[in-house]
Amino acid sequence: MHPSLRFALRRFAVGALILLAVSLLVFVGCEILPGDVAQVALGQFATPESIRALHQQFGLDRPAPLRYLEWLIGILHGDWGMSMGTKVPVAQLLGERLANTAMLAGATTIVAIPLALALGLLMALRAGSRFDRAASVVVLALSATPEFLIGTLAVMLFSVHLNWLPAVAQVTFGGGWAALARSLLLPVITLSIVVAAQIARMTRATIVNLLDLPFIEMATLKGVPRRRIILVHALINAVGPIANVVALNIAYLVSGIVVVETIFAFPGVARLMVDAVQARDLPVVQACAMLFCFAYVVLILAADLLAVLFNPRLRRGIHPDGSAG
Amino acid sequence: MQAAAPILAIDRLVVAPAAGGAPVVDGISLAVSPGEVLALIGESGSGKTTLALAALGYVRPGLAVRSGRIRLGATDLLGAGEAKLQDLRGRRATYIAQSAAASFNPALRLDAQVTEPARVHRLRPLAEALAKARLLYRRLDLPEPERIGQRFPHEVSGGQLQRFMIAMGLIEGPQLVVCDEPTSALDVTTQVEVLKAFKAVIRDGSTAGLFVSHDLAVVAQLADRIIVLRRGALVEQGTTEAILAAPQEPYTRELIAACRRWDRRRPASPPRVAACAAAPARLEVVDVTAGFGPREPMTGRPTITAVDAAALAVRPREVVAIIGESGSGKSTLAQVIAGLHPAAAGEIRLDGAALAPAVARRSLDQRRRVQIVFQMADTALNPRHRVGRIIGRALAFFGRAPRARRPARIAELLALVRLPASYAERRPGELSGGEKQRVNLARALAAEPDVLICDEITSALDTVVAAAIVRLVEDLRDRLGLAVLFISHDLATVATLADRVVVMRRGKIVERGPTGELLARPTHPYTRLLLASVPELRIGWLEEAAGRRAALLPEFAETGAAPVADVDRGREDAHAG
Amino acid sequence: MSAANEALSPPARGPRNALFAVAAGVLVAWALIAVLAPLLVPHDPTDFVSDDPFAAPSRIAWLGTDYLGRDLFSRLIAGARISLFMAFLATLLAHLLGGTLGLMAAVRGGLFDAAVSRIVDIALSLPKIIVGLVVVAAIGTSMTVLVIVAGLVYAAGVFRIARALGADVAVMDFIRAARARGEGAAWLIFGEILPNIIMPLAADFAIRMSFAILFMSSLSFIGLGVQPPRADWGGLVRENLSALSAGSWAPIFPALAIASVAIALNLLVDAIGDRRQLARIRDE
Repeated sequence: MHPSLRFALRRFAVGALILLAVSLLVFVGCEILPGDVAQVALGQFATPESIRALHQQFGLDRPAPLRYLEWLIGILHGDWGMSMGTKVPVAQLLGERLANTAMLAGATTIVAIPLALALGLLMALRAGSRFDRAASVVVLALSATPEFLIGTLAVMLFSVHLNWLPAVAQVTFGGGWAALARSLLLPVITLSIVVAAQIARMTRATIVNLLDLPFIEMATLKGVPRRRIILVHALINAVGPIANVVALNIAYLVSGIVVVETIFAFPGVARLMVDAVQARDLPVVQACAMLFCFAYVVLILAADLLAVLFNPRLRRGIHPDGSAG
Repeated sequence: MQAAAPILAIDRLVVAPAAGGAPVVDGISLAVSPGEVLALIGESGSGKTTLALAALGYVRPGLAVRSGRIRLGATDLLGAGEAKLQDLRGRRATYIAQSAAASFNPALRLDAQVTEPARVHRLRPLAEALAKARLLYRRLDLPEPERIGQRFPHEVSGGQLQRFMIAMGLIEGPQLVVCDEPTSALDVTTQVEVLKAFKAVIRDGSTAGLFVSHDLAVVAQLADRIIVLRRGALVEQGTTEAILAAPQEPYTRELIAACRRWDRRRPASPPRVAACAAAPARLEVVDVTAGFGPREPMTGRPTITAVDAAALAVRPREVVAIIGESGSGKSTLAQVIAGLHPAAAGEIRLDGAALAPAVARRSLDQRRRVQIVFQMADTALNPRHRVGRIIGRALAFFGRAPRARRPARIAELLALVRLPASYAERRPGELSGGEKQRVNLARALAAEPDVLICDEITSALDTVVAAAIVRLVEDLRDRLGLAVLFISHDLATVATLADRVVVMRRGKIVERGPTGELLARPTHPYTRLLLASVPELRIGWLEEAAGRRAALLPEFAETGAAPVADVDRGREDAHAG
Repeated sequence: MSAANEALSPPARGPRNALFAVAAGVLVAWALIAVLAPLLVPHDPTDFVSDDPFAAPSRIAWLGTDYLGRDLFSRLIAGARISLFMAFLATLLAHLLGGTLGLMAAVRGGLFDAAVSRIVDIALSLPKIIVGLVVVAAIGTSMTVLVIVAGLVYAAGVFRIARALGADVAVMDFIRAARARGEGAAWLIFGEILPNIIMPLAADFAIRMSFAILFMSSLSFIGLGVQPPRADWGGLVRENLSALSAGSWAPIFPALAIASVAIALNLLVDAIGDRRQLARIRDE
């Protein structure tokens, strides 16, 4: 078998195993709580009868391993169980919200990545210049800024003072693209700033580190023009690490999404999950947690694969530092 | 030769740190004529690399030219703009770097990199450049010259990669080739091949060479003239014959003496061998097999065998040298003896008693009696600890000196390795390479050992410093009655020191014997190849060596290049599994 | 070798010193505020000082009042104490646990290393905020729970860094020399390795603490962290979020406080630390 195919298959297998472990953790995490699921779901007004009824309805009286297996098999069929609070299938609750969150993440990716790559590259090309030093500090500061500061400032500016955009995202597909874009704009800007700052920083660092390597000096001594050094010698080695950086940062979007959906009351999966946690509606919490973990694991897996695909040494199963992966 | 107008003329060049400080190159002038090879000899810190790079109008970041002039033909390099420099680099003047492994772009195929000068200077069609490259591959004795260029840098061996570097330097027929230690990272048997190929190619045309090296013997084979550098200043210059035969400056004489000392035609005095042959063995290695990776279920052998049924013995007051190139298993054997790498089979005996394979199972006294000193003096001392603490820990650990006696004992040990007592207060960062290695020896001696294992302890040191360390080991053996196992890749290093020599190749001991006898009458073809490959400090050695090597078994004529990479890669695979 | 010897270290970076001073100043100020909080607050953070919610800044309430008419400045100071102590404790827990295990893995290798590394792999493939949400859903929230969850979540990252740093040192010859003497794991870790990696670990501590502050404020911000009437900075943003539409800056001050600490921690490390180290920390 080709080494990179073997590597990919191995990474997929590891990813699947991790997801399995995650599902177990999520299930057990929600299962082992002080007290009783039904008790918690029903709150302090629960009567013994209502608890018993809920037990039966959700099959909570049966052994946990069995319920775990049923839950797992259900997930594979797209059946996430019933919400305890609303008594509606979880899949139905997820429906449109999943699309909304995906749209938020997708739009952020499309906006942030080209911006970040361009900025990072520009900083690297002018490393040490006044522009680079100023941009580095700004980008570092932004990457450590909480989303809720950027979000609240954006609302303050665009919604309250300028009155251009709605402070609360009313995502409706009926209102046409313009309305959709208006409601997405602030959440996307907020998320993009933090993500783009991170990617720009790491892109710059990757290229600057590369430009320090002896083979770049060698290219200079061969008479290779600076432009070609960066576009051929540096970039071909930077593509893998940068692709990796991008994939990782999209994965890190998860926590930003949770905050941003709260600020803008954005009807997405994260908002659903936060509400479910407050209501202790465990089937919904489990479903949302699994979805986020799935996206995260897949993106990290993609980051790994990209790093390998672009490195001829890794491609053949040998690590650049001499140890095998 | 001097009559022709020089290709390269450097005039009173001063290069210093941009931020200020002592010059790295301090007012050096030199000239290289067409067809001439000028060598720059110097130890680390002599400024030779900075000077060599200046010949291409290049100064590393952090450094700046203070004054002076550099001319390549009619071009003033310091006054030339970036475009002009770009145009002449890779075409009129080329650079061959020390570390080929680091100087090739890991993500581009070798052909693309070798022909890149033609591409960026638009000198000729790519197909023509490729044909020229293949011609050079052939002349540099690279295997499969038509196809090998399709590989990536990590897919060829170190010796082969160095030859690609030479091909890259010569492909456009430059007026000047600057070589910075082009063979220093290679095994000796590989070095001869590369030197021979390089000399053949450069001697053909009118190309001039600026050849940087720390190794006089290598330089003697290639250079018409030699310049000796020290701390950025020119010490002496002259024709190769004149420098070798009649050096004027004390420093040059010291350099030559350090090389001459290791002339294999004057080996150790034989009576010593007889004297210690009578004593019972202090350390015995009995059929030791060791390696990496999981054991094979049937044979119990490791997947990658690094040491294969090795056996040897060292008596008190005796130095036994293990000689081998990279991948020979010599360092693995040292670690097996020290208990750092448990053997898969075989036994280590100390005064007849078997030692446990792993150091953790050996008694404190057993561990105390066998001490090891490592190659990299830099990394063998904890940079955060002072010398006194480093030696003191060994004293305390083995209970060799009560706390109150410790400072005095540390001073004694430092005196034993010829360092002043005040060094106890220093940190490793404040010591030179040779001083660090002395501290390493002192730490080992703190345990009052019976057996001292020296694992390539001189390989990373400059010639003169290395010679002093060898003398120190000799002295310690005599004063303390140590049994010394001295591991080295270099036959010349051990010629005067060792009483007996053991030659290892690919994990096996291929030959052994008293030093004088083995050097004078080697029987195994590999030993002969190794002997024939050690550069000697005289003109014409390279041609003789190449002739001798050709006469050796064809099997060994090709070995220079291949085995290094094989073993290294095998080891990596073993870790993966 | 000669190249390394002849090349010179780059000149000292001047303007970075100014950033360093600013960052250090901000952090020292916040640390003092957190320690001395009870002495500094002009009002009890739970007292009502005004009848108006979201009153504008005045001589009584320097930053105005919150949604219940309490003094925002006092609540911000009290919140500093909660936010900073919680983040510090969580980071300390992460370093004690992850750092010790990581260095043990680097020194011992073998099965121990493999086992802990696999667990850490799984821990790192969980989004941290989701872990926080699931735990809060299961066992509810409290300051203790938050600190322990954050400590555990970040211990995985510290493990990776400590293991990698330790492994870099562990292959050096002075460690082999110590092993050849038969030194135990405790001496190898604390006597030989730790002094060599203390600076990068300190840098990691600072960066990690900025992550912990953001993590716990995010949980509080979405209403699942510190519970009223107490409020950390994230909680203060949440409480006063509704003021935004009225044009009040009440939620922005605590958000700025969080940002100031997180940014100062990052700038501090950037100014003194090795860049590659920083990239490595961010990578996982």
